[in-house]
Amino acid sequence: MIPLEHYLILSAITFVIGAVGVVTRRNAIIVFMSIELMLNSVNLTLVAFSSYMGDATGQVLVFFVMTVAAAEAAVGLAIIIALFRNKQTVNIDEINILKW
Amino acid sequence: MENARRWVNSIIGCEPRRLSGHSVTFETVLFYGLAAASVGSALMMVTRRSPVMSAIWLIGNFFALAGLYLTLQAQFIAVVQIIVYAGAIMVLFLFVIMLLNLGDPKKLIEKISYTKIIAAGLSGGMLMELLAILGFSDVRLPEQNVDRAIQIGTVENIGKEMFTTFLFPFEITSVLLLAAIVGAVILAKRKID
Repeated sequence: MIPLEHYLILSAITFVIGAVGVVTRRNAIIVFMSIELMLNSVNLTLVAFSSYMGDATGQVLVFFVMTVAAAEAAVGLAIIIALFRNKQTVNIDEINILKW
Repeated sequence: MENARRWVNSIIGCEPRRLSGHSVTFETVLFYGLAAASVGSALMMVTRRSPVMSAIWLIGNFFALAGLYLTLQAQFIAVVQIIVYAGAIMVLFLFVIMLLNLGDPKKLIEKISYTKIIAAGLSGGMLMELLAILGFSDVRLPEQNVDRAIQIGTVENIGKEMFTTFLFPFEITSVLLLAAIVGAVILAKRKID
């Protein structure tokens, strides 16, 4: 029997790997994929708690998180396409029009 | 359905097999193998230079996660993970990478700077913090009741919850998806009149 802690530790590790990807990578698409990784690690926590506490709510919530992630991916990738069309780059250091 | 469930459970060793002590069961091998695959593919995804390789490693991570969901008896979520994430979202990512002609591979090289090292260090601090929360908390984490876990993870049970208790959020989800479709079409349009 795997203790619940191990699932939580695994989830923390993948979340932090995703966070490192977000703060260190400069390619907008890879930053985006790192965000997906972070969402997935949170999903793992939800499913683990749901399974260990015998309550289906966590798994229903994961379903909603997946819907939000799909919507976010569609809109975010559309934004990346629009940016690339204007700037010919996906490097987020060169996309700084909102920076003051 | 019943046979399939029994088969999955016999594969992932969820039929409660009370083995004494710290004997290595198939279950533990599976969990640590999948955990290593998940962490390894996540690391590979973050460090690859080309976005296509990153996307492929991320798909590997999604498959490892689906396996982990199966070890948690969450059959429905495991299948949805493969269909929605590995199937739909990652195809969308690969399409966008294909559409954006990123050109010269040399331009994809990213330099290591002090700010990046500090940022990675702070993220490491966050990991320590998360682990400390687990380590120092007095909350007793629940033990798994395998029979109950098998019951709640089925399509039947999740569907029942979704269309009774969570019916309103489920309907609102359709509005969210509609907004996402409209937003994506407007943003990706060549010219906004």
